[in-house]
Amino acid sequence: MMDELYRDYILEHYKEPHHFGELENPDMQAHDVNPLCGDELGVHLKVDESGTITDLAFHGKGCAISQASASIASEELIGMKVDDVAKLDADWLIDLLGIEISPTRRKCALLNLKVMRGAVTGDASWPE
Amino acid sequence: MTEQAVHAPASLAQRVRGDFPILAQEQDGKRLVYLDSAATGQKPSSVIDAIDSFYRNSNAPIHRSTYALAESSTQLFEGARERIAAFMGATTETTIFTRNATEAINLVAHAWGRDPRTGNIGEGDVVLVTEMEHHSNIVPWQMLCRDTGATLDYVKITDDGLLDADDLAAKLAGGNVKLFAVAHISNVLGTVNDVKALVAQARAAGATVLIDGSQAVPQMPVNVAEIDADFYVWTGHKAYGPTGIGVLHGRRELLATMRPWLGGGDMIKVVNWNDSSYNDLPWKFEAGTSAVAEAVGLGAAIDFIAELGSENIRAHEHALVENALPRLAEIPGLTVVGPGAEARGGVISFTLDGMHPHDVGELLGRENVCVRTGHHCAQPLMRRLGIPATARASFACFNDTDDVDALIEALHKARKVFGL
Repeated sequence: MMDELYRDYILEHYKEPHHFGELENPDMQAHDVNPLCGDELGVHLKVDESGTITDLAFHGKGCAISQASASIASEELIGMKVDDVAKLDADWLIDLLGIEISPTRRKCALLNLKVMRGAVTGDASWPE
Repeated sequence: MTEQAVHAPASLAQRVRGDFPILAQEQDGKRLVYLDSAATGQKPSSVIDAIDSFYRNSNAPIHRSTYALAESSTQLFEGARERIAAFMGATTETTIFTRNATEAINLVAHAWGRDPRTGNIGEGDVVLVTEMEHHSNIVPWQMLCRDTGATLDYVKITDDGLLDADDLAAKLAGGNVKLFAVAHISNVLGTVNDVKALVAQARAAGATVLIDGSQAVPQMPVNVAEIDADFYVWTGHKAYGPTGIGVLHGRRELLATMRPWLGGGDMIKVVNWNDSSYNDLPWKFEAGTSAVAEAVGLGAAIDFIAELGSENIRAHEHALVENALPRLAEIPGLTVVGPGAEARGGVISFTLDGMHPHDVGELLGRENVCVRTGHHCAQPLMRRLGIPATARASFACFNDTDDVDALIEALHKARKVFGL
């Protein structure tokens, strides 16, 4: 049974999310909630001297879209420079997910990027 | 007897379904299965027509102008108040229109709680609420306590979703509870609290009592004189009425001595340069232009409920809950929160293993089955239950067992999408 939103890879990332958990002594971290649903997401980062993210772990509770989005994004974020992460916009993440996101679920998908922004810039604004 | 119980719900729903125009719509050939009446109720034609007719035929400023049209609008507005007051077992003096239940609670928090003359709430006092309250019956008290140095405390709930009677007794025995604020029916757990007994118990301990009846008025008989709370608040839009209108019923002696909260037109008798004298009840608490059409619409909504009979609505929704609970329990991984059918109103919140409530809501929505998902404006309760969110199905007079069938079927389908 193929679903246009809950595609197999989305559900696989939801059920077994990559880079999920906590890191000891993170160099950067942030935590945020989606006030609409109460879902929570936090991130721990390890960053080397050149400003490159060497490791990352998300943690929290959320729906399939928010969890899968964090899992899929984590694969791309490791190895990126924090300065470049700060410039990522909503389209980057939506394109990466490869699914149509309805307006009501947009915040679910974007929560991880909001938290990442909070970690690398201190300003956890919603990505546009 | 049993046969009657099985057939009773069908007959009520069949009788009223045609009264709700919105139920006629379809989405991809699927009929609307509206199971979100605890969030907002659908409106019968009589309510929609009353508002439409008011604007077409009777709109004019109320209370002041002397021409015939203004007489008519004033009569419609005050007539609605009279019928609402009579239905609720209150008087017109003690039936105050507000914007919603939230505003009614804030009115009490300000006009009763913050009055520096009486010191109703001050340092060392306790404002007692419960773990099952909606944010609207928590946050105004947090703000009041922050400003006055009082303490906010919560009556615990049991694992069955009932108020913990021992904890309530212990907290009241402390002797410093000045206000006890509690929901008549929990919007998440569905628990029906015995508010008459709670009022007597809290009053005996010296507390003033506020009841949040937002969930109760649409689904069960409520008589504020019998319940005898100091304040009873409810909202129109959950009771088949329009948004933007709510009601505060208060004990007359309290309302008479309380100072107004909002100042402005309509709430005054004489305005001088430096001070004013205030209008009589109930208008003392209705500053500014009232939501006239909304009040007229709410009057029609109460007529609708009165015609069906609150006890019939209660019996009908109770039968639906009894039908739904065991069927939901058969779905693998589904857990219902809250008490058994005997202590429950027309509200069923649940979680489903392996699926977040938002995903449940999304997939049910594709079947045109409308349920609420999230924290239901009750984040402290969610933390108490140890869950981030639930999905919630809630019933109204127009729901029938075929709506329960649609819910169950959509849940099975949703699980399949998730490979469960």
